[in-house]
Amino acid sequence: MVLEVKGLRFAYRGELKFVLDGIEMKLNDGEILVLLGPNGCGKTTLLKCINRLLKPIEGAVLVEDRNLIEMNERDIAKTIAYVPQHQKLPFPYKVLEFVLLGRAPHIGLFSAPRARDYEIAIEALKLLGIENLADRFYTELSGGERQLVLIARALASEAKILLLDEPTAHLDFKNTHRVLGTLRKIIKERGLSAIITLHDPNLAQRYGDKVAVVQNGRIFKYGLPKEIIDSELIKIVYGIEAFVLNFDNLRVVVPK
Amino acid sequence: MIESQMSSLSSYKIFKGFLAFLILFLPVPLVLVSVGVGYLKIPPGEVLKVVQSKLTGEVSEDLKTYEAVIFNIRLPRILLAFLVGATLAVSGAVMQSMFRNPLVEPYILGISSGAAFGASLALGLGITFLTGVQTLAFVFGISSIFLAYVMAKTRGEVPVVNLVLAGIIVTALFSALTSLIKFFVDPHNLAAIVYWIMGSFSHAKWDQLLAVTPMILFPLLLIFAMGWRLNVLSLGEEEAKALGVKVNRDQLVFLSLATFSTSSAVSVSGIIGWVGLLVPHIVRLAFSSDNRVMMPLCASLGGSFMVLADNIARTAFSFELPISVLTTILGAPVFMFLVRRRARRVWS
Repeated sequence: MVLEVKGLRFAYRGELKFVLDGIEMKLNDGEILVLLGPNGCGKTTLLKCINRLLKPIEGAVLVEDRNLIEMNERDIAKTIAYVPQHQKLPFPYKVLEFVLLGRAPHIGLFSAPRARDYEIAIEALKLLGIENLADRFYTELSGGERQLVLIARALASEAKILLLDEPTAHLDFKNTHRVLGTLRKIIKERGLSAIITLHDPNLAQRYGDKVAVVQNGRIFKYGLPKEIIDSELIKIVYGIEAFVLNFDNLRVVVPK
Repeated sequence: MIESQMSSLSSYKIFKGFLAFLILFLPVPLVLVSVGVGYLKIPPGEVLKVVQSKLTGEVSEDLKTYEAVIFNIRLPRILLAFLVGATLAVSGAVMQSMFRNPLVEPYILGISSGAAFGASLALGLGITFLTGVQTLAFVFGISSIFLAYVMAKTRGEVPVVNLVLAGIIVTALFSALTSLIKFFVDPHNLAAIVYWIMGSFSHAKWDQLLAVTPMILFPLLLIFAMGWRLNVLSLGEEEAKALGVKVNRDQLVFLSLATFSTSSAVSVSGIIGWVGLLVPHIVRLAFSSDNRVMMPLCASLGGSFMVLADNIARTAFSFELPISVLTTILGAPVFMFLVRRRARRVWS
């Protein structure tokens, strides 16, 4: 187990309602955990509490017996890399310059990236098969390419745990599968672990090792996708009737 | 096909590198030419002779007049113009990165109107002893930004949106106070205030230059040294934080440095617009958005642009033009050209 969330509670300032109310969750070594749940259920808030972009009111996030809540920003960033949904850059950075920013946790205020940092950034681009983009402007790339570049930036930080917030929210069908497929391959090859929030149960069972369903600020269900994703769950969580069809090894959720 | 692309790519890079090199060394010939420009024209050859004899220690009788004009009158003014231009361009680039907006000027948090109020106060009350105008302009320039910062701070955090809004409030407040002073002072002082606000280097002296140089230069050098961190900050608060940066602390550091140097500059030059907006734009479009590359080029180009504008301000007519008018007239068309030509490609 690489990461454990214990009794996590969070509320936004000045609000009485807990957005997260006693989250208990585990992420095992080399595993992809998908967070599923309807809009506004607290998935993104949970991700942000894990790497302390938001400060939980109660609870602990343990990584190898160290409590992240008490670590400083730099050490957290060296342990966990965060991939945002998308980045609207106000300035035209080259892809390589952009990926280099992932080295920030390793570089002090008065320092700049050295040759070794460039090597690591280029290595990250190669891993994702997009080293040909290095000299292009990030602002000129397509949605799918941008998402891969954001993942490359996370890899460049050399953190062992990745958090991805709806990485396919803005992508078309092909790019959705390209990004998630590449991501899964790299996580498995490099022995990383990841927590990904997704909207689509089909993507969750295809690319996730485990699924945690978030509802009303709690983990409602947790387990292997084929064990927990069924018509009943879809009915309870999303409020719609659905078939779960089986073809050979493939399970597909289709609304009635 | 790919090979030919690669070679054209690398020759393009060499061309860019050469251009950057030219810009970095542009100030040297520019200053040498500029000291010869003015009511008394001094040919470049004579300028070199004066410099040479000054360096060897002996200035012959026939060069004495040239020497006096160059070293006592023109050089302090040109160097001051250069410093002010450099700091406005660099501060503009810093603010643009911090606020993630390429249209931000170094004055966004109210420095200019604070300084204008300080200068108006001094001129209106007739406080001219101990360089009162500069001192009050500096003090109120700095105060305006602290006022904005304090206003924007909520529960230990300083969100950028709050900061911009606070800047607007501070600007409005000091503008109103300045208007109040203008309304009450006698016409003679009113003219002085209006003239100060439009900006000028005509009062530049060595002692003023020496006083303000460290106040501008140290912040600039620190900013140069932290250029890469500025790249990280330009990703926005949340992402920079996720990358392990203490965002609020670093923002305060950059804000303080940029404000300190800008206030120092404004206190000796008055309010000069456009340089802080235009120069970072040119550098970003022509070279790179990487602040490590941008900062030295902005300093060099901003300084050179200001020297050029000041040359025109002091020689174009028999009287002196306010320099802010010139920087705007020169800057606006260039800016429009740049935006139309490249904007679509670069900003998505």
